[in-house]
Amino acid sequence: MSPNLTLIITMGVLFAAGVYLILERSLTRILVGILLMSNATAILFILISGPNRGVPIIGMSPEDQMSDPLPQAMFLTAIVIGLGLTGFVLALAHRTWQLNRNDEVQDDIEDRRIIRLAQRDKESSTYEPDEGPDDSHEASDEVSDTDSRQAAEAEEIYLQLHGRRINDPKDPDEEVDSE
Amino acid sequence: MNPSIVALPVAIPLFAAALTLVAGRRPRAQLWISVFALTLVLAVATVLLIQVEEHGTIAFSVGGWPPPIGIELVADRLSVLMVIVSAAVTLAVLVYSQGQGISDANEETPLSIYHPTYLVLVAGVANAFLAGDLFNLFVGFEILLGASYVLITLGGTRSRIRAGTTYVVVGVISSTLFLIAIALIYAATGTVNMAQLSIRLADVAVPVALGLQAMLLVAFAVKAAIFPLSAWLPDSYPTAPAPITAVFAGLLTKVGVYAILRTQTLLFPEGRLDALLMWAGLLTMIVGILGAVAQSDIKRMLSFTLVSHIGFIVFGIGLATTDAVSAAMFYVVHHIIVQTTLFLIAGLIERTAGTTSIPRLGGLARLAPFLAAIFLVSAFNLSGIPPLSGFLGKLGLMEAAVDKGGWLSYVLVAGGIVTTLLTLFAIGKVWNGAFWQAPPDRLLRSFGVNEDGVTVDEERSSKTIIPMGMLIPTTALVVLALALTVFAGPIFDYTQRASQELIQRTPYIEAVFNKEVPR
Repeated sequence: MSPNLTLIITMGVLFAAGVYLILERSLTRILVGILLMSNATAILFILISGPNRGVPIIGMSPEDQMSDPLPQAMFLTAIVIGLGLTGFVLALAHRTWQLNRNDEVQDDIEDRRIIRLAQRDKESSTYEPDEGPDDSHEASDEVSDTDSRQAAEAEEIYLQLHGRRINDPKDPDEEVDSE
Repeated sequence: MNPSIVALPVAIPLFAAALTLVAGRRPRAQLWISVFALTLVLAVATVLLIQVEEHGTIAFSVGGWPPPIGIELVADRLSVLMVIVSAAVTLAVLVYSQGQGISDANEETPLSIYHPTYLVLVAGVANAFLAGDLFNLFVGFEILLGASYVLITLGGTRSRIRAGTTYVVVGVISSTLFLIAIALIYAATGTVNMAQLSIRLADVAVPVALGLQAMLLVAFAVKAAIFPLSAWLPDSYPTAPAPITAVFAGLLTKVGVYAILRTQTLLFPEGRLDALLMWAGLLTMIVGILGAVAQSDIKRMLSFTLVSHIGFIVFGIGLATTDAVSAAMFYVVHHIIVQTTLFLIAGLIERTAGTTSIPRLGGLARLAPFLAAIFLVSAFNLSGIPPLSGFLGKLGLMEAAVDKGGWLSYVLVAGGIVTTLLTLFAIGKVWNGAFWQAPPDRLLRSFGVNEDGVTVDEERSSKTIIPMGMLIPTTALVVLALALTVFAGPIFDYTQRASQELIQRTPYIEAVFNKEVPR
């Protein structure tokens, strides 16, 4: 049996587009990427089920002329699972938007910590003790806006790891009492 | 005995999940249903263990469709061992989370969805362990992953959503990869039944079989968090509530490891990728533990040791001798219990001291001596101090490696020793920072004691007492881990038999096809 070339090309394009979109930062685009990839997989299942023949339902077509029903059954299951997951990712994207007013996937904590440490390095290497506080202030201005914003976010997220304590850093006892 | 008993570890939690959903407004009823269901699963798993020991592998065709068409559930020694350990661990964690939930006035766990999701997770884990065909294994994975997505974002706080997003996307992509692998395997062999695949894959051209094997390995390695596919784990696990992190750390990665062990031994016995697995094991051990050493938070440190010690198990699978697989199995059991316990203890520390950040802790050995004791025992167990079970597992693996010989085996033995020492170092750092030293003032105040350890504030002091509902399950798991040491002999005998069964392959195949093996 020779497989259908159009289907193969469509599958390839869908996979490529899906992978491209998954590498994006916005969660909605990632979701679209996941959907494209799952559709590409559906086409793969159609391809592997062999030549296109009759409907695999007893009574609708003679038994020796039916398509292979097993890939269809498998992929129906996968579609149902995919539907559930799509709903969940949509909810995630919505919640991210509610919290941040965007749906960008953020860097992980370790990355942010490294950024913060690198930033401290930058500050300390330009710091010269003779020249008073004004210069060191200038030095920290050199750090780009994105860097400092990300570092501030990192600080925040890192504190959140330990619960609600971020709200009142001045009175550490308050933190434990609120437990 | 009726073979349909094999379906019960999956069916009971699913049914109970439906019941708890109906009882959504009655937290007490939900709790009793869940505890009852999980106790029942534990009992069924014990019966299964006895049955499998007496009569060998049990196979059950769900819905009466004969193999290889129908859905097959197979219980052999390995599956039953995994089911019984997971049932014990999930039961303990459920009781713990309830202890936490009640005393924290339900802030952390929105109870109405917690129980159903947790039970679905348990069903998914059991389904993955018992699945007799690749597609059912995929469904098992999806059930447990779907439940875990909900649990890891529980409450929808900013940090959990952030961590959950990465976790969900990584999970979905690895599942897609698994699905593609299944489609290609079906295209190459015309079946997804694992017993039949084990026969048919031998006839598939070597490059094709190698490609299929590699795809399955990558899909499972993401789930098992094997380096270089492990970066998602230390970022996403620590943000979830302590009991959820504990059960994820103990069980979910092990499901991936189980899938690798099953497919490597049953479907691809030629061991074409064994060297790759050994390298992956080595790098997982070393890179993971270096990450752990660099952490200043107990939960994150534990996530990295989790990744690192998966390397030991992969090492055993890569060696692929009977002794090595047996030791790897023992190590899986040990690691599930110890890693879960340590995360539960981290939860207890967070509860008493208000944080798990090491620089903010100190003097806990004096303030909470019992907590310090169980932490020390479990941490020593993890790093492999003789005579604890961690030591026995590692010793077994290294003996098997030396028996097998070859320079790569010796490199891995050396890597394993380095990892063990670095684990001890990472734990020493935690012990030093959090348990020794003088307690910081804010800890003293929150414990309501003065510098000489005399209670001055009864009210505050009483707040730091750990509720029994959390303490008892944690202690029970510590005792269970110690029991692994005491009963190491019989358990090693069992894993040895299980491992022989895996390497021979015929008991599994014959059980599925009732001795009439089709081509």
